[in-house]
Amino acid sequence: MSEHHHKETFVTKYIFSQDHKMISKQFLITGMIMGIIALMMSMLFRLQLAWPEKSFSIIEAFLGPHQTDGVMNPDMYLALVTIHGTIMVFFVLTAGLSGTFSNLLIPLQIGARDMASGFLNMISYWLFFLSSVIMVISLFVEAGPASAGWTIYPPLSALPQAIPGSGTGMTLWLVSMAIFIASSLIGALNYIVTVLNLRTKGMKMTRLPLTMWAFFITAIIGVVSFPVLLSAALLLIFDRSFGTSFYLSDIFISGEVLHYQGGSPVLFEHLFWFLGHPEVYIVLLPALGITSEIISTNSRKPIFGYRAMVMSIMAIAFLSTIVWGHHMFISGMNPFLGSVFTFTTLLIAIPSAVKAFNYVTTLWKGNLQLNPAMLFSIGLVSTFVTGGLTGLVLGDSALDIAIHDTYFVVAHFHLVMGVSAIFGMYAGIYHWFPKMYGRMMNKTLGYWHFWITIICAYGVFWPMHFIGLAGLPRRYYTNTAFPMFDDIADINVVITLFAIVGGVAQLIFLANFFISIYRGEKASQNPWRSNTLEWTTPVEHIHGNWPGKLPEVHRWAYDYSKRVDPNDDDSDYLHGEDFVLQTTPLLPGEEPS
Amino acid sequence: MLALFYIFIGVAIGVSFWQITRILNFRTSIANDADNAKQGKYAIYFMVFLYAMMIYCLIFMNVIMLPESASVEGEHDDRLFNITFWLIGIVQFIMQFIIFYFTFKYKGNKDNKAKFYADSHKLEAIWTITPALVLVVLIGYGLWQWNNVMDLSDAEDPLVIEVYAQQFRWDARYAGEDKTLGLGNVNYIEGVNTMGVDMSDKNSQDDIQVTELYLPKGRKVHFKFRSQDVLHSAYMPHFRAQMNCVPGMVTEFGFTPKFTTEEMRQQSEVVAKTKGINKVRSAKGEDLYEFDYLLLCNKICGASHYNMQMKITVVEPEEFEDWIGKQPTLAEVLKK
Repeated sequence: MSEHHHKETFVTKYIFSQDHKMISKQFLITGMIMGIIALMMSMLFRLQLAWPEKSFSIIEAFLGPHQTDGVMNPDMYLALVTIHGTIMVFFVLTAGLSGTFSNLLIPLQIGARDMASGFLNMISYWLFFLSSVIMVISLFVEAGPASAGWTIYPPLSALPQAIPGSGTGMTLWLVSMAIFIASSLIGALNYIVTVLNLRTKGMKMTRLPLTMWAFFITAIIGVVSFPVLLSAALLLIFDRSFGTSFYLSDIFISGEVLHYQGGSPVLFEHLFWFLGHPEVYIVLLPALGITSEIISTNSRKPIFGYRAMVMSIMAIAFLSTIVWGHHMFISGMNPFLGSVFTFTTLLIAIPSAVKAFNYVTTLWKGNLQLNPAMLFSIGLVSTFVTGGLTGLVLGDSALDIAIHDTYFVVAHFHLVMGVSAIFGMYAGIYHWFPKMYGRMMNKTLGYWHFWITIICAYGVFWPMHFIGLAGLPRRYYTNTAFPMFDDIADINVVITLFAIVGGVAQLIFLANFFISIYRGEKASQNPWRSNTLEWTTPVEHIHGNWPGKLPEVHRWAYDYSKRVDPNDDDSDYLHGEDFVLQTTPLLPGEEPS
Repeated sequence: MLALFYIFIGVAIGVSFWQITRILNFRTSIANDADNAKQGKYAIYFMVFLYAMMIYCLIFMNVIMLPESASVEGEHDDRLFNITFWLIGIVQFIMQFIIFYFTFKYKGNKDNKAKFYADSHKLEAIWTITPALVLVVLIGYGLWQWNNVMDLSDAEDPLVIEVYAQQFRWDARYAGEDKTLGLGNVNYIEGVNTMGVDMSDKNSQDDIQVTELYLPKGRKVHFKFRSQDVLHSAYMPHFRAQMNCVPGMVTEFGFTPKFTTEEMRQQSEVVAKTKGINKVRSAKGEDLYEFDYLLLCNKICGASHYNMQMKITVVEPEEFEDWIGKQPTLAEVLKK
């Protein structure tokens, strides 16, 4: 394949490319654009939450008919939180994260020329692009975009009488998501097939880098759960457009009784969360995989407990598909089911704890190279622990009753999946930028970006827990209707200030990213002195990744700082350097790790 | 003021732009020993910030948190919450310290060598089994309490109340003297019969419809929830109670009020919180706040979701009998 001469035009190289490296960049850029949109939305509704009655010309400018004298309308507030959630969860942290790094790294780290099907890979991106375009278009329909929350529970999402966003906006949301799911499934199947079939000689499953394990298992979870969301969406489309009653029953609205009989919104909740919960891990596992790789490389140490890490990924993946009910403790489902889901949910704490402890042990007695990617990975471990721990409160059904759907939940999931996954994504970008663009990102800006972001992330989400413990429900346009929440007004202002500074700080990253593409320092072949196969390819991208033969693998990915005498920390490096490429054959008498 | 704010933003953007272009002229990208030393130090500074903030919030935001449970069943919630909170608090403080201290302590240096340490089954066993054991306690207590709260079968002579949700208000119906609620369905909604009660059902006649809840202290209240249009959630945070209202089905929840509204107003946590609220309100020139139990909507339900509330008043049993005796029955209301 590599000797095959491709005649490339601009269109085949940059637009309808079938090369996994180009497709990964396309995913990244699209994801970043969507991320900017969703981030700006959060700035707008944070303004509203901090200063509910105040007029802002920025709101006047952005929201057009959906504001009155610079104060956003309640419908628009709900629309903003809905679309912010949808875009962040699906378009940024699923497609943007998995799409970018699975595409970039799977062929490179397993030693393949490309994905199993370059054509399907291209289709996957363009479906994603199409769904992004439709989602953005939905922002401009007259009655506003979907506004029933990102969970789009019917009947609210089914009845335009209930909220204006459930008209055309909701239709576009469903169409966009259906296409998105198709894109996601095609991508995931491609990843699975590629990992299983195209590993190079010597790359046994037990030698895969943890990034590969994470992406592989993530793809499996996606294939298992995304189709269920598609069916949920289809049934909702039927209810909305063709008069069926899958989710609707006994409804009196706008002065009339509707014809729906016998459906149940609880059915939708089950179907939605059957994807919705695994989705959390679809978002998080790739970030954890990236972190494993980066922490190990930059600690100059093998990842601690490789097998335990793989098994925790599998355990998390398995458990993630049987815990969806913890979103529904108070939905009216049988309390006995609640007990089962509490049990399975809290079990997830075990593999999660193993992962967190293993990260920390990897840091222990390392020789930490504190590159921006490394800092973001350490930041991920920090926010993952903070956010994960509060999961023990929310996963316990008896406690969930009291704080379900309050800001405590918002703080919890933003830290554990939002901030953590974004940190993983940033870490990945800083680390593999040389692989993507052949240049390096500026480290000073990277440091600024990291410290401002983590300070703001904690500044936003730590105090938010306490607002939740005060009993403030989420998705309230303002809390001024309740005097009992007047004492949290100041906290809301502080949170918003942190959010704005944190949001603006992302400009540092954008500047660094785009300027570095053209002006960054030229990358060397293996800038981070890493073991994995992607650093054996030439800096300049070529079709087929490796000139000549594919590399052969002789060891696992984590032989950092391997010594002559394994029991003597002062002895010399076995291979003369503190890293050993996976392609390096074992020395005579060398024990494989 | 606002103009100043915009000027400030403009200046900030200008300065950052200038700084960014300046920094980008130094084409450095891989951390060297000086960077490691500096970033390691920053990790400690950040840790200090993090701990300061965590502790500040824990101490000074204690006052805004919900007061102790006002329902008998909720006592165990509070206890379980405290146990869990202490536990995760301790783990959080230890783990964050380790993460950032290690970042500082093991910052890279040319003269250092990392320890080759790939595995330890003993350590892994420890941190698999320890969380497992802790979870046994949390899960055990949690499930016991969950059954305790959700099991409504054993209450003697509960007060049966139906709570009915619609965009954007709450109604409630007491079962009346026969202690049985009449049937209801959206098809019967007409005029003052806003809850759609079936008046051909004999159990409906003595039902009492109200827009504000009165509950007797010390008697189990058995709530049945219905919704007229979309999902709502009846959230009564002070009682540690919450249940969704689902169109097309009846959901249930129960609790026993422990303090009357008056008693709650005297309770020290409530007094402190009320003081804080009134400080804010008087600064804005608004009426002073007095504590009341509330039922809030806690499931996104439309534009006025943020203002869908119902007042709950808990009184002594005698006072409650007095009050309910004065309320007209549904049959009386509809006859008018």
